[in-house]
Amino acid sequence: MSKLILPLLNVSNLNKNFEIKKIFKPIKTLKALSEVSFTLNTNETLGIVGESGCGKSTLAKVLTQLEKPSSGSIQIEGIEIPNLDPKEFHSTIQMVFQDPYQSLNPRKKAFDIIADPLRINTNKSENDIKELVLDMMKKVGLREEFKERYPHHFSGGQRQRLGIARALMLRPKILILDEPVSALDVSIQAQVLNLLLELQAEFSLSYLFITHDLSVVEHISDRILVMYLGRIVEYGPREQIFNNPKHPYTQLLLESAPKVLGGTNSKKDWNIITSEAPSALTLPKGCAFASRCNNKTPQCDLSIPELKDEGGRLVACFNAIKG
Amino acid sequence: MLLNVENLNIHFKSDKSSTPIHAVRDLSFKINKGEMLGVVGESGSGKSITNLALLGLLPDSALVTAKNLDFEGKKLLSLNELEWCQVRGREIAMIFQDPMTALNPFLTVEFQIVETIKAHLNLSNKEAINKAIELLNFVGIPSPKDRLKAYPFELSGGMAQRVMIAMAISTDPKLLIADEPTTALDVTIQKQILNLLKVLQEKNNMSIILVTHDLGVVGEYSDRLQVMYAGEVVEEGFTTEILKNPNHPYTEALLASRPGASAHLKRIPKTLLPSISGIVPAFHQRPLGCQFHPRCSYKTHECEQSIIELKDFVRCIHPCNQLSLK
Repeated sequence: MSKLILPLLNVSNLNKNFEIKKIFKPIKTLKALSEVSFTLNTNETLGIVGESGCGKSTLAKVLTQLEKPSSGSIQIEGIEIPNLDPKEFHSTIQMVFQDPYQSLNPRKKAFDIIADPLRINTNKSENDIKELVLDMMKKVGLREEFKERYPHHFSGGQRQRLGIARALMLRPKILILDEPVSALDVSIQAQVLNLLLELQAEFSLSYLFITHDLSVVEHISDRILVMYLGRIVEYGPREQIFNNPKHPYTQLLLESAPKVLGGTNSKKDWNIITSEAPSALTLPKGCAFASRCNNKTPQCDLSIPELKDEGGRLVACFNAIKG
Repeated sequence: MLLNVENLNIHFKSDKSSTPIHAVRDLSFKINKGEMLGVVGESGSGKSITNLALLGLLPDSALVTAKNLDFEGKKLLSLNELEWCQVRGREIAMIFQDPMTALNPFLTVEFQIVETIKAHLNLSNKEAINKAIELLNFVGIPSPKDRLKAYPFELSGGMAQRVMIAMAISTDPKLLIADEPTTALDVTIQKQILNLLKVLQEKNNMSIILVTHDLGVVGEYSDRLQVMYAGEVVEEGFTTEILKNPNHPYTEALLASRPGASAHLKRIPKTLLPSISGIVPAFHQRPLGCQFHPRCSYKTHECEQSIIELKDFVRCIHPCNQLSLK
């Protein structure tokens, strides 16, 4: 009974620190992830947004066990990841990488790229594998005759389809997508996003969709997690976050995204703005966003705001925007 | 008028085919003083090649012809290398997409800016350093004096792009070509950089060519817009008019396939996007007739027959707004 209520993926209090060692200098600690907690349910897409250096990619690496977390727990259907059998783990979480030009082995044929996960993790016969690979190629929109081709024969969009097919071969429940469309041309982006939506419906997939592109995340996500320098600053349903952002950072992000028509910038004074995020190595004592924030109060420099419930979403701000 | 381009054609000699590859076909445009022209197009549309041609930076395998390629009365095509040096970097400057690869990682910011300044302006070392500090201050780099001693890897992406802009504007060029200046940057930094370009345009009366693949960026910042596809301009005009009422099926489809709710298209999240099928044709596989016809939903038999000319600022025999009137 209790198994039904457990979320597919439950991350709580995840921390990841990197130690920066330089000769003759004291060891510095870089806090890449601090107290990150979230859940992911079956057939749901959680969008993870934030600027470079906010810890999005570290999070993906920790979840796929490419990096060990410093502390905290990651549970898949109630079982801690280190307790899972590696083969079972790989058939639960898979990843699609940002750059389809670098994440495919140039010496392998498309068929082998897609077949390898099965050869390594299962005992299936070559005949079964062939059938499964051809079936998957069809599902991601790659023609059968492409199977003998090498990655350099494919266009960017086709390569990303190849990366998606490879990730799906073990029928994972969770797919981590790290900027899957940002290396693609605009007219190809929509094709790949559509494919991801179709596959999600077909295989009841859960996506952890990491991107910096707000329009993409708005289209594909059910819930959104906004990160800033390793911490969650706002976390909640898509409509709430996009229609009514409460954290000043979320608001800044949404305002900064350029709009095709009716942009906020039309015919106004252009200011030279220069605020930038502080370095992750020298984080302030208080809220990390305080140096760029317009709503700053003295309290912000003294302590780090906790995530608080604000009508169905979580916000980490002392002066969350009302309304 | 600052720059006048008429019927610019760029061919490349190729080992693979006997006939040269036609990379850019019949490109014509004008830029006035203090104007920002947006150029949108996907990879392979010929945007970057055109920019390199305007700077005389194409390799010898390129054959550049034009009825007219005038920059303030100078015929750019007849310049020799010495004359190019007076124009390139001095009158026409360029900022590149990826500031981290465009800056030399072995040299300090100071060396690289001062080198540019001294190559074009008759200044002493000290004066050049002072000018560099002034420029870094103008582009919004805090404590510019200390930053001069920094190496590119010590700068963030936004900072490095500011250094690139400082270098490009150090000679007060009349035309600045910005080739995807913010593609490698975060949205908040993108806004800072584009605002900076807008200040240069409006306050210093600089003309800017802003090349990007992001319709949002041109929508907010450029005055006029040129949409390129497979080496041709498919549509041109005022930015807001094109984005409100796209005439070419390619522009229309590009706008429609953008995810997210834009001002005029309310989208239901998690539904399929109207996508453009197929891919941009490679240089050596370009189709006969209209370049876009294999991917176009309005195509007719005529589209495959012959080259379509630019008419009323649209290169299409079935412009969308005409279709909707029928």
